[in-house]
Amino acid sequence: MTSKNKWLSAPYTLWSVVFIIIPLCMIFYYGLTDKTGAFTLENITAMATAEHAKALRLSILLSLASTLFCFLLAYPLAMILANMKVNQHSFIILIFILPMWMNFLLRTLAWQTLLEKSGVINNILTFFHLPNINIINTPAAIVLGMVYNFLPFMVLPLYNSLSKIDENVINAAHDLGANGIHTFIRIILPLSVPGIISGITMVFVPALTTFVISTLLGGSKILLIGNVIEQEFTQAANWHLGSGLSIVLMIFIILNMIISAAFDKDGEGSML
Amino acid sequence: MKRSTKVSKRKIVYTAGALALFSATVLTGCGSSGGGQNGQVIVYNWGEYIDPDTVKMFEEETGIEVVYDEFETNEIMYPKVESGAASYDVVCPSDYMISKMIENDLLAEINFDNIPNARANIGAQYFEQSKGFDPENKYSIPYCWGTVGILYNKTMVEEPITSWAQLWDEKYADNILMQDSVRDAFMVAQKLNGYSMNTVDPAELETAKNALIEQKPLVQAYVIDQVRDKMIGGEAAIGVIYSGEAIYTQRENPDLEYVIPEEGTNVWIDSWVILKDAPNKENAEKFIDFMCRGDIAVKNFDYITYSTPNDAARELIEDEAIRNSEIAFPDLSKYNNLETYSYLGEDGDALYNELWKEIKAY
Repeated sequence: MTSKNKWLSAPYTLWSVVFIIIPLCMIFYYGLTDKTGAFTLENITAMATAEHAKALRLSILLSLASTLFCFLLAYPLAMILANMKVNQHSFIILIFILPMWMNFLLRTLAWQTLLEKSGVINNILTFFHLPNINIINTPAAIVLGMVYNFLPFMVLPLYNSLSKIDENVINAAHDLGANGIHTFIRIILPLSVPGIISGITMVFVPALTTFVISTLLGGSKILLIGNVIEQEFTQAANWHLGSGLSIVLMIFIILNMIISAAFDKDGEGSML
Repeated sequence: MKRSTKVSKRKIVYTAGALALFSATVLTGCGSSGGGQNGQVIVYNWGEYIDPDTVKMFEEETGIEVVYDEFETNEIMYPKVESGAASYDVVCPSDYMISKMIENDLLAEINFDNIPNARANIGAQYFEQSKGFDPENKYSIPYCWGTVGILYNKTMVEEPITSWAQLWDEKYADNILMQDSVRDAFMVAQKLNGYSMNTVDPAELETAKNALIEQKPLVQAYVIDQVRDKMIGGEAAIGVIYSGEAIYTQRENPDLEYVIPEEGTNVWIDSWVILKDAPNKENAEKFIDFMCRGDIAVKNFDYITYSTPNDAARELIEDEAIRNSEIAFPDLSKYNNLETYSYLGEDGDALYNELWKEIKAY
């Protein structure tokens, strides 16, 4: 790296030191000390207590479920997009990203209004004399909220890696006698693995740490690990425990990223 | 006790935790110059707990610029003030939080000579009541007060609601809204069992916890501000709510009725206090004095509909029905089982939080 390049990177170095490194150090400081400032591992091991472990299990379960649903919904869509002509697919991607121009909280609040007992969807169902749906304040509503909010993060990397597959490779497979299913399983799917892994990370990580979706769509009745940490900071004023639990959560996220990195050596699956 | 409607935004801000603390230090470090011609006053109040016009009037009359910030719960306010990350002059905490702040030496003694409107306009009984958390009336001046009770929709219940026990009635499964804050949720279960709402007795708290766990399947949601909107929209039949919200919700939906349950409830006071490290003490006194003026207090009452302890303001309320409303101005002598929250100490707080987490995780 030349000295000129170093100079240009200064703002980013400063940015990451101030907003990433220092906060991270503070999290570790708080997480590894108690109220008197003495070193302790209690905040870390606290994850094993019944309530915390249950919240973590539930968070992992719901995040896995929403990642799976996102994948099942996004893959066919990404394939359709990748096979389209250039001007068509950019329009569809625009439509897909359009909701992301609106605030995330607003969109989640909108789901609350839609799903409520006397909400929009149930009013329409009642009008047509159809049975009402009652999923608000249940885990199902939380998964729905996660899938809705994080779907674009799955579609984009999938689309990106699918559209990079050389048409000639697929033609060659056909020439050599592979039918559609064979081509998909043995050519397209393996070649899109970087996108899949990247998509899974992009959905799983925010889903695992969310607390807003579970508060708004779960009626605060369902405690996810994100909620526990949030409560420790805002209500219980126990920053030590909150930081300790965050560190444990970070370990899960780092594990996820290590797995991604192993599959995605060329960085092909990165966003657009 | 009014909660801001900007729930989630504030929550996000705070989950940043350490980051927020850090950036607040940066911001106050380089942003405290400026102000009006007579300097500034930094106010930290509950969300939507003041008529913005009164703030503007204060600025015009005094030439003091008001820097206004809002919090959602006492628990969110406290660490921010204690750490000194942001320097405020005037804060408006609730009773038990004021005693915690006095205990931790965060508050300045108020010079009542500089706030003549306080003694002149605020009813003596409210200062008397304040002695529960501010024994010598040295640190706080009452701003709003009220009770916690049940708001119910007359068209959705079979009999009038009179008791906390009806929040455990399976008839109303999925039609009950509980408060999503530790003390208010526990208060309901404690009063139901005839305990004090300030108990730290582990056995009593265990009973209260089990009662709340038993109730959980019947609860539609634990919410704070949204009780108001959900009750107006007919989303639930029964909700636990602050009396100050009751008048507003009835205005929007006449089917709603507010009741103080027969087992008794919490009476709370939110009071102005001046912080010990306040950079603008004189302006803080001027601000509180202004807010204690009858014509200003009545403007605030009309806007936020939380009961005012300001007798001069109550005289000025035009609508007789409101001036004599049993909801806004209940005759507290009729009840013998009302209590005010007191500070439970660090261990007490930790115990409550632990049990609350067990309920939430159940």
